[in-house]
Amino acid sequence: MLAFNFFGATEGGLFDINATLPLMAIQVVALTYILNSLFFKPVGNVVEKREKFVSNNIIEAKNKLSEVKKLEADLLTQLQSARTEAQRIVSEAENESDKLYKEALELANNEANASKEKARLEIESQTSAARDQLSKQADDLSELIVNRLILEK
Amino acid sequence: MFFNSLLTNFAALEVGQHLYWQIGNIRLHGQVFLTSWILLGALLVFISLGTKKMENDPKGLQNLLEFLWDYIRDLARTQIGEKVYRDWMPFIGTLFLFVFVSNWGGALIPWRLIKLPSGELGAPTADINTTIALALLVSLSYFYAGLSNKGWRYFEYYVHPTPIMLPFKILEDFTKPLSLSFRLFGNILADELVVGVLVFLVPLILPIPVMFLGLFTSAIQALIFATLAAYYIGEAVEEHH
Repeated sequence: MLAFNFFGATEGGLFDINATLPLMAIQVVALTYILNSLFFKPVGNVVEKREKFVSNNIIEAKNKLSEVKKLEADLLTQLQSARTEAQRIVSEAENESDKLYKEALELANNEANASKEKARLEIESQTSAARDQLSKQADDLSELIVNRLILEK
Repeated sequence: MFFNSLLTNFAALEVGQHLYWQIGNIRLHGQVFLTSWILLGALLVFISLGTKKMENDPKGLQNLLEFLWDYIRDLARTQIGEKVYRDWMPFIGTLFLFVFVSNWGGALIPWRLIKLPSGELGAPTADINTTIALALLVSLSYFYAGLSNKGWRYFEYYVHPTPIMLPFKILEDFTKPLSLSFRLFGNILADELVVGVLVFLVPLILPIPVMFLGLFTSAIQALIFATLAAYYIGEAVEEHH
């Protein structure tokens, strides 16, 4: 007896197509709906929520990074301007102090010159006064000598 | 003499025998439904366990299910395209899971230990009814996808680069389900037969590499079936310019 009943016409055989086919199709369609509500939808929701969360976080981080870079550049320019301002102030102060020093020096010089001149004048006047007195004394003395000589004779 | 005994041995494999269920006027292959219910029940239990407590930081089973989901999404997206893959992802995923679970269940579980009055339990996909049902569902799906997305313009596809293609494209509508169903059926049945014969002839060690090969084929067949189904749907919804 040959058991290889491949194309067994009425009963059995490998290619025995019957109501199993449509029922299996219905079963697969039902399975599609069941798996959709039990597996694909919930897992999809969770996965997509997470993907959204991750991409949002990445975008947020990128925004923050660009903000930080902008702030950094801002601060850098501020620092630069502060530095130049400081330099300006320092040089201004230097100029000011230089000017003040010069003024004070000039003032002191003038004062010294004036007092020197005054002293010179005083010395001069005293010298002339002394000279006058000396010459007067000399005159007196000479007169006295003359008188004495005249009287002795 | 030897040939004759080999045939009798084959007889022990009960090729083409079925466990018939008679409901009114219709006859069903009971063994196909029995195995498919057991395997799909296991699949559903597995999935409900994994999705019971979904968390944002996946743990354990949820990780595996998310990997599976991602795998199916990638498959659907690459074949169908960004625009409509969402609508078809559950169908493609169900085909993949059904074929995969059926193939692996048939290969991994020692069904032959369970004696039936007639026929024997095995992979549901080793029955031509199952594979034809799946293939016809794919055919209906791509027709529906094309018509619902493009309306009557779907039929432009038949004359797409030139009208000369028309007979070939019409022929394709018949060859697609035929090749889909027979590829799956033939591969799985052949695998079962080879393993069955080897186990019968040399019960120790020798069948193990073939069993591994069978597992490999089973997984590949599930992937091929789902990929082709997605490709046909993608072809139907694709816009020609």
